[in-house]
Amino acid sequence: MTTNVELPVFTNNSEEVLQGRWGMVIDQDICTGCQACVAACSMENNVPFVGEDDAGYGRAMHWIRIERLWDNAKFPGTKMSSYQPVMCQQCHNAPCEPVCPVYASVHSESEDLNLQVYNRCIGTRYCGNNCPYQVRAFNWRDYTDFREGNTAKNNPKWAVLQNQLNPDVTVRRRGVMEKCTFCIQRIHGAEDKAKSEGREVRDGEFTSACAQACPASAISFGRIDDPNSAVSRAGESSRGKHLLEELGTLPRVTYLTGGA
Amino acid sequence: MATYAKPLARPKPHAEEHEENPREHLMHDPLPRGQMNAMVMESMHETKPIFWVVTAVLAVIVVFALGYEWYTLIMQGQGVAGVTRPDYWGVFLVNTVFWIGISHAGTFISAILRVLKVESRRPFTRAAELMTTFGLAQAGLSIFMHLGRVWLTYWMFPIPNERTIWPDFHSPLMWDLMAITTYLLCSTMYLVLPLIPDLAMARDRTTSGWKKTFYKITAIGFRGTEGEWKNLVTAMNIFAFAIIPVMFSVHTIVSWDFAMASRPGWSSTVFGPYFVIGALHSGMAAVAIVLFLLRSTMKHYKYFIRPEHFGTIGMLMFLVSMAWAYFYFNDYIVPWYGGNVWDKLVQEYTEKGPLGYLWFTMLFVNIVVPWAILWNKKWRETPWLLASVGVLINIGMYIERYLIIPVGVTINRMPFTWRQYYPRIEIPMTVGTFAFFLLLYMLASRVIPLIPVWEVQEGQEAHLIRKIGKAEVSTLSDME
Repeated sequence: MTTNVELPVFTNNSEEVLQGRWGMVIDQDICTGCQACVAACSMENNVPFVGEDDAGYGRAMHWIRIERLWDNAKFPGTKMSSYQPVMCQQCHNAPCEPVCPVYASVHSESEDLNLQVYNRCIGTRYCGNNCPYQVRAFNWRDYTDFREGNTAKNNPKWAVLQNQLNPDVTVRRRGVMEKCTFCIQRIHGAEDKAKSEGREVRDGEFTSACAQACPASAISFGRIDDPNSAVSRAGESSRGKHLLEELGTLPRVTYLTGGA
Repeated sequence: MATYAKPLARPKPHAEEHEENPREHLMHDPLPRGQMNAMVMESMHETKPIFWVVTAVLAVIVVFALGYEWYTLIMQGQGVAGVTRPDYWGVFLVNTVFWIGISHAGTFISAILRVLKVESRRPFTRAAELMTTFGLAQAGLSIFMHLGRVWLTYWMFPIPNERTIWPDFHSPLMWDLMAITTYLLCSTMYLVLPLIPDLAMARDRTTSGWKKTFYKITAIGFRGTEGEWKNLVTAMNIFAFAIIPVMFSVHTIVSWDFAMASRPGWSSTVFGPYFVIGALHSGMAAVAIVLFLLRSTMKHYKYFIRPEHFGTIGMLMFLVSMAWAYFYFNDYIVPWYGGNVWDKLVQEYTEKGPLGYLWFTMLFVNIVVPWAILWNKKWRETPWLLASVGVLINIGMYIERYLIIPVGVTINRMPFTWRQYYPRIEIPMTVGTFAFFLLLYMLASRVIPLIPVWEVQEGQEAHLIRKIGKAEVSTLSDME
């Protein structure tokens, strides 16, 4: 017996949802799962390599990961996307923020992003626990230790990697939580440049490392408070949805899925 | 005319065989005060060589586990532990909850039973209070082990600084810090207050050496005048009533670390009372173990700690295990009835997952074992049997916390990240906290009278056996 019940649609159009500035749209239908975004993000943000053993134990610190989801034989007929890039969803109403006892996980009012203050973090890992998307990365060891005594001579592995560090981004020590920042160094770089030229940041003037690296252009990044930006127009698609929307976290990342 | 005494009722055959002799109770079996004091002093001072051997072994374990292993953990980072995504919280927090649970029995026995005037509490309040303080010390250490950057712990303290950065009181961890600190301070003061007359007693019976100086300082000049006793009793009454809400709040707040998080399996409103009852469950069981150990190792303690006291604790364990079972199934059935898919997944993983045998073991030792044994008065009053039940209950309660924390967080809303947790350096460090607890307790048994002698003497003075007709009736006069 089938019943035609019209399900209520919950949409949140409150002011705080609409004022968010930076956002991302990921088209899962054209994502090939090539992991280029993962590599680009690691390069851009000095994300350390944890080594084989720790990576095998689930401690890889990538700020973005490609989730591969298989169709479940138990539920034939359900169509699931094969690849799902997941990074920090930059929730407007973030569960990670109120649980930090020392204000290391804070909300940026100007960009409406969740920021992690690395040198304030004491490593309680409560934010990681409370993140429904499990996108926070903890420095389980000193993966980037360039102090004296850990030089090219006695630790050549690190010395090589030292040369590729991005000078715009700090490195993190052991016992500190870190996470995707939406490439805030690029945001600020573009804003500073625009300010010096006396104009607003143009859409498409810069983009995040993952979006820049994506060969299929599955990721678009930009201002979502500008209705004419590429990311706003992509987000208007009827295929758009948010991860775990029912939790009310108001994420800034829209996933496009379910198309042809 | 001769009088004829008629029995009021026909006595049941063999009734006297089942009746207890009230003179077997500690309260009706008084010894002279001097002798009793001497017995307690002797039990403190007569140390067998085996004591020092055990102490040395424990000290080596403590130095290795809490010295060397912890140094490794701090210098190399949490990577040497087994925590990983999504199991950001592991055995260290299991230990914290476990030790705070152990610490609850001390306050329960000394404060609640004191307020309710349960007379059989008298000889073992001190032993339970010491458990509170030393258990809380282990809980505190376990939290510090868990922190990624433990050397910056003071950032959680509200210390005024030039950058005006204040800790975030939205965080349940801050509530936790406040609650545990309050509880540690209150319970230590509550341990010290009834200790003063006993320390004064020890001071008067010690002639020289560092112990004389120690007792002289800690007894703060107590001479036993009427005014001093009055002040002491008033202070203890105030503390007894004040510490009860602190005790209930502290474990409720510990449970909020989990219940306030938006994780399936954790976000539950029943966690507060459920954790308090769980704490009492493990705490009462731990008191049974400690009393058994004290009775079998300390000289003269067979006089002070008798089967009747094990009977009292056994009855409390029985009651608490029933209450625990009720709350456990509440916590279990309500999410099941609610039908939340994530809660259901967590439950299924707990029961049928690779660690399902732990779940069944927990139910067996936390419910079946106490119910099967503690209903019987004779079994309850057998010290070794009660202590064995205590060990099993503590294993069960440890498993329960293990199932809630690392096993519970294995399942989250992103199935891609599901991963089982394996403890690594946590194992030796857990052993270290147990060794440290025992070590502290053993060392304390050499300097602190573990029997509150004055309380026993006070109780013995208040109890009398009176003859009413043919029957011998135990009476209690109210001292206050």
